[in-house]
Amino acid sequence: MSHQTLNLVDIAVDAGAIRLVDGVSLTLARGEVVALVGASGSGKSLTCAAALDALPAGTRRQGGQVWLDGAPIAPERLRGRVVASVLQNPRSAFNPVRTLGDHAEETLQALGMEKSCWKERIHRALREAGLDEPQRLLGLYPFEMSGGMLQRAMIALALASEAPFLFADEPTTDLDVIHQREILDLLAGLRERFGLGILLITHDMGVVARLADRVLVMDQGCVQESAPVEAIFRQPRHAVTRALVAAHLSLYPAQEITP
Amino acid sequence: MSLLSARDVHHHYSRTSLFRTRTAVAVLEDVSLELQPGEIVGLLGRSGCGKSTLARLLTGLETPTRGEVLFEGAALSRLDKARRRDFRRRVQMVFQDPQGAVNPRLTVAEIIGEPLIHLTDLPRARHAGRIVKLLKRAGLAAPMAHRYPFELSGGELQRVCIARALASNPSLIVLDEAVSNLDLHLQIQMLDLFALLSREQGVAFLFVTHDLRLVERVCSRVLVMERGRVVENAAVSAPLSLVSSEGRALAEAVLPALPRRLSTAREHLAPERVC
Ligand SMILES: Nc1ncnc2c1ncn2[C@@H]1O[C@H](COP(=O)(O)OP(=O)(O)OP(=O)(O)O)[C@@H](O)[C@H]1O
Ligand SMILES: Nc1ncnc2c1ncn2[C@@H]1O[C@H](COP(=O)(O)OP(=O)(O)OP(=O)(O)O)[C@@H](O)[C@H]1O
Ligand SMILES: [Mg+2]
Ligand SMILES: [Mg+2]
Repeated sequence: MSHQTLNLVDIAVDAGAIRLVDGVSLTLARGEVVALVGASGSGKSLTCAAALDALPAGTRRQGGQVWLDGAPIAPERLRGRVVASVLQNPRSAFNPVRTLGDHAEETLQALGMEKSCWKERIHRALREAGLDEPQRLLGLYPFEMSGGMLQRAMIALALASEAPFLFADEPTTDLDVIHQREILDLLAGLRERFGLGILLITHDMGVVARLADRVLVMDQGCVQESAPVEAIFRQPRHAVTRALVAAHLSLYPAQEITP
Repeated sequence: MSLLSARDVHHHYSRTSLFRTRTAVAVLEDVSLELQPGEIVGLLGRSGCGKSTLARLLTGLETPTRGEVLFEGAALSRLDKARRRDFRRRVQMVFQDPQGAVNPRLTVAEIIGEPLIHLTDLPRARHAGRIVKLLKRAGLAAPMAHRYPFELSGGELQRVCIARALASNPSLIVLDEAVSNLDLHLQIQMLDLFALLSREQGVAFLFVTHDLRLVERVCSRVLVMERGRVVENAAVSAPLSLVSSEGRALAEAVLPALPRRLSTAREHLAPERVC
């Protein structure tokens, strides 16, 4: 698979007469991590969902296009094969009456993968996501797994698809710092080795600092600032960006942040 | 007297396997702890170590396989009806998974109104006003009251759950990763609110989190769990210094403040140029 770039062009989302996302454009290349940050309710998840044609009931895409390697592509054709996704709320992404193994089979079947490869692929993906004992875990129902286990399982299912791009919406919110570091290292490794292109939604500027190449800051449905990660931390221009960076740095002792 | 305590709590889940043999999975072992009025206690530990399970036992949603949870000195298993209602009003929980914790068919106003109806004597005529006030405390605007859960962002729904937990004027709120979907600015705003409630009204909080930076900022005491056991119980100082090997492993994994290229640039600066 040799897809190289994904463009979201002028994405807009409405709920009734209210505009929730207003003309968001971004480019994501293979091997690149673009972070989408901004206050709660600024439109990050809806932007991502609109690009994949997975908007929640009550909202509608009002315009915009997605381009793959310079040609328009229908959003529903992206999902799964071209773009794997990790949703903001892991528990709601799983059907409560089906085991993790059922979910894994469904995912791999939808990708048309040879059945004889399933087991090896899914076991490896679970281990990579920090879940030991994959055989036991595949037999568990969602209610038998902790929040962080579900989050890692969802990441594993996304990675098992080996899609060239990943949209990850708050992928580490339920993880302790050790598992978080492992997942971020894993994603960084996939970017290096396999050229995974990642659109990363997060509120944690520490995650941004660790992984992102470029940062887009959203506020009230619009992108207010877009810059390389170093510039975002060193010279934030927009008030929203300055507030995000200042709040983040206020959690660290002075000697760790003086440039 | 402690507000809430756990005494030698053990908890197992049993599974019936394919071959109908029942196996018990030990999730908590020998957990004892005390929570005092007005305290803000952090609870740290790796994913799967039993934090949410402990939270469910402390709030009476599940009963421990062995051991007791005590509310103001009285075992939960032996509370009479009136004391049980008092416990349900005064001990609230904000769940790790906000989507699963609300009825999707209710509006935000109805969700926050439920504890007002069932747990308080506030006259119905005053519910609407109280709901708006609670929303405001959680940083949400009044019109939000008419929306349904699916019409909210992740962080907005999380704050609706916080507003609901505040509704019955509880004495203790167990926060299970309750600010994890909020941007930092809002997280700090919520933590400041919790600190104010603890100072002015003596509300206690058990703050389950993975963010050690927030523990250092708001908690007076911290518990560290490892595989179902409490391995450290320490006063919080700034900077946070943990002594158990699990606590140290967590502290060591905190993300750096700045992007690597910026921090390496700093390391290469001559010392006199560092201001
Ligand atoms: N059906 C709807 N009707 C009206 N408003 C909606 C609807 N769905 C979402 N919204 C609003 O759209 C805004 C953007 O939502 P979105 O989920 O994209 O936010 P977000 O940036 O991901 O926030 P968070 O960080 O809290 O997850 C929110 O303010 C939300 O209340
Ligand atoms: N209903 C259940 N049946 C069987 N096992 C369960 C059940 N609930 C939890 N467990 C198991 O208990 C262990 C602890 O789960 P718990 O949800 O308490 O962890 P946690 O510390 O909250 O983790 P996280 O930080 O990931 O949320 C996990 O191994 C989980 O698989
Ligand atoms: Mg969101
Ligand atoms: Mg949990």
